Amino acid sequence: MNKHVDVLIIGGGNAALCAAMTAAEAGAKVFILESAPKAYRGGNSRHTRNFRCMHSEPLSVLVDSYSEEEYFADLMKVTDGKTDEHLARLAIRSSEECLPWMQEHGVRFQPSLSGTLSLARTNAFFMGGGKSLVNAYYRTAQKLGVEVLYDAPVSHVEVNGDAVTWVDYEHKGQTQRVHPKAVIVASGGFQADTDWLARAWGPAAKNFLIRGTPYNRGVVLADLLEQGVQSVGDPTQCHAVAIDGRAPKFDGGIVTRLDCVPFSVVVNKDAQRFYDEGEDVWPKRYAIWGRLVAAQPDQVGYVVIDAKSLELFMPSVFPPIKADSIEELATKMGLPADKLRETVDNFNAACGDDKNFHPTELDGVSTTGISPAKTNWARPINQAPYYGYSLRTGVTFTYLGLKVDENAQCSNSNGPIKNLWAAGETMAGSILGQGYLAGYGMTIGTVFGRIAGREAAKHAK
Amino acid sequence: MQSETIQKDLQVTAHLDEARRQLDICNACRYCEGYCSVFPAVHSSRSFATGDLNQLANLCHNCRGCYYACQYTAPHEFQINLPKALAEVRQDSWEEFAFPQAAARMFQRSGVVLAIATVIGLALLIGALKWLGSAGGEGFYASLSHNMMVAIFAPAFLFPLFSLGVSVKRYWQATGGGSVRTKDIVDALQSVFQMKNLAGGHGDGCNFEDEDRFTRARQMAHQLIMYGFLLCFAATSVGTLMHYFFNMPAPYPLFSLPKLLGVPGGIMLTFGTVWMASLKLKADKELGDVSAWGGEMAFILLLGFVAFSGLLLYVLGTTALMPSMLAIHLGAVLAFFLLTPYSKMAHGFYRLASLVRDAKRKNDLQQQ
Repeated sequence: MNKHVDVLIIGGGNAALCAAMTAAEAGAKVFILESAPKAYRGGNSRHTRNFRCMHSEPLSVLVDSYSEEEYFADLMKVTDGKTDEHLARLAIRSSEECLPWMQEHGVRFQPSLSGTLSLARTNAFFMGGGKSLVNAYYRTAQKLGVEVLYDAPVSHVEVNGDAVTWVDYEHKGQTQRVHPKAVIVASGGFQADTDWLARAWGPAAKNFLIRGTPYNRGVVLADLLEQGVQSVGDPTQCHAVAIDGRAPKFDGGIVTRLDCVPFSVVVNKDAQRFYDEGEDVWPKRYAIWGRLVAAQPDQVGYVVIDAKSLELFMPSVFPPIKADSIEELATKMGLPADKLRETVDNFNAACGDDKNFHPTELDGVSTTGISPAKTNWARPINQAPYYGYSLRTGVTFTYLGLKVDENAQCSNSNGPIKNLWAAGETMAGSILGQGYLAGYGMTIGTVFGRIAGREAAKHAK
Repeated sequence: MQSETIQKDLQVTAHLDEARRQLDICNACRYCEGYCSVFPAVHSSRSFATGDLNQLANLCHNCRGCYYACQYTAPHEFQINLPKALAEVRQDSWEEFAFPQAAARMFQRSGVVLAIATVIGLALLIGALKWLGSAGGEGFYASLSHNMMVAIFAPAFLFPLFSLGVSVKRYWQATGGGSVRTKDIVDALQSVFQMKNLAGGHGDGCNFEDEDRFTRARQMAHQLIMYGFLLCFAATSVGTLMHYFFNMPAPYPLFSLPKLLGVPGGIMLTFGTVWMASLKLKADKELGDVSAWGGEMAFILLLGFVAFSGLLLYVLGTTALMPSMLAIHLGAVLAFFLLTPYSKMAHGFYRLASLVRDAKRKNDLQQQ
């Protein structure tokens, strides 16, 4: 088959589309291979909701200002310094010009959502969420002449010395081959391949839930790493948070989050507490709880709250399990009833004066004399009805990826591969060594998608 | 009959449960907050009683922005289709609040029954012309005397108004309305006159005739119909005043208030309904109440027919075709009026009530 392609883009999410539009605007003939069917196009971008953006004055829906230094400091805090400063600052600095570019390409923003006021200054929310961004980009890309094929997973990218020579993909049960002048990999991480995840993390990973698309299976990533393309990021690590244990195995997205942990006691399947539930506000702790739950037997936790806390957090997607006594709740959740009674009694006895209780700030209302202590929001669990949720580890993304330079270009031991670039989640490990900052994934995808599109189009000319 | 009622009740409950299931998911997500008035109202609540669901369903203008933006639509197991779920609850609510209910159950969903009612309206008027004739008036009244027209149309106008009054009162009670400020009404009218809820929050319009593409086509077609209708209504009202208070009976010349209002109104209404019907043919039926599609389409066509026959009557007013045209136009108007509380036309009244209710909710919050 002699299909003429200047720039082939593997993947169909935010980074892929930003690259496609940029390359098409530079005059390249662009072809997108999206492994998902049309209904599931867009990878994890479908589940995103905002874009973290530097700005020196109010910009679109963003209030006040957010400087490069503050943005970088926020990033360093969550990654504990494991950050490539040069690339991180490049992404941050470019984010400001990205926002108007996104609007020109069809994205619409809305003010920060109810319950997310803390992000009104730093994160621009997409009207309708990430899928509406993806929809708008597909419309714009198609207007620019970009060709898109759905249900077309790439099976092999042939790297020969310092260049990609061809790409194979499956479509309608047949293998097709293209010989593009340039290739951009924007096909995400490998978290949806639970076997790979179990090999990397250990067998416990089989019990993890995958918060995003089932199509990020890392096929292209593995294929390129096997051929000696340079990798980055800890291959054993993934970003995970604690979510509603009843969430679907894949694709549960935002709604499966549970914000009630700070007002609860959390026990494992033996009805034992294992960590300070009130250590910090939830947005700063849900990632830690993803790991904590992963370390418990069967990788499951159980949250118990009482009637007075029910309306202190965002509503959950599934209604909580409800009971008139702790014993009944334990039975309904499959926990040993006497053990849970004992744990709750001990906890209640350790609670003291709670008249300074304040649900939205660190109130210092803590327990005394138990281990682990609860250091904020410690109020006794004693007001029926009681409510329970199960907690499981939900994987957001993996860190292992393709190492890129400031031009989003990939390399192998011989140096840069002259026609291979990467953008988005698949190279985010080049910037983020650990942790995560809300909305930064979309910043990396947009900035490096545009860079990759520009460079690939330049090469293809 | 008994089992039919039970079946209907079961279906209504199933629709309410489905809407509740979906709204719980929406409430945990909130991505659509900026699209329309529905989502801020949803997010202000943690659980949804039947009255809340009726209010949200009537507040939804079926712009479909949320459907195409949703990451949880089928084939996802959450199977979100909020425009459809709310359309079904909305349709049920119109049948529930209508007076008498049986009339709404008969006409809301069936285009065929609505068409039959129109034909009966036409036949009655042709019969009236043929058998009652004129008492020697001029112009249109040479065909049917003014008094006879009033005798037919006054009840046909007043009864639907009374019926709608009952319905809106029932709606208001069911949604826990209570007392209203002037500001609530002003806010609601502003929303109607700009059709804010079909603007998508960003002003690009809604997703209707071409999947996820935002266009203002439906918003504009709706406003052509609404303003066209209001102009025609104003023309008739002015004509009535001129007849009774200024002794100036119809027909009126082109440069008279009734014509200056009525002719542009009729043209807008005619174009608006044709445009709306063509958009509706392109739109995905599955994002609305599928069972009501026929009734809705028939209503749009009836409204268009009223407008078009009115324009024709004006053009043919001095020819021998006038008496037949008059019968056809007045017959269509008669059917339209009588069906108003039981057809899609009723949506305007419920929608306005829901917008006042929502404005009250927002203004209450601001006062706190």
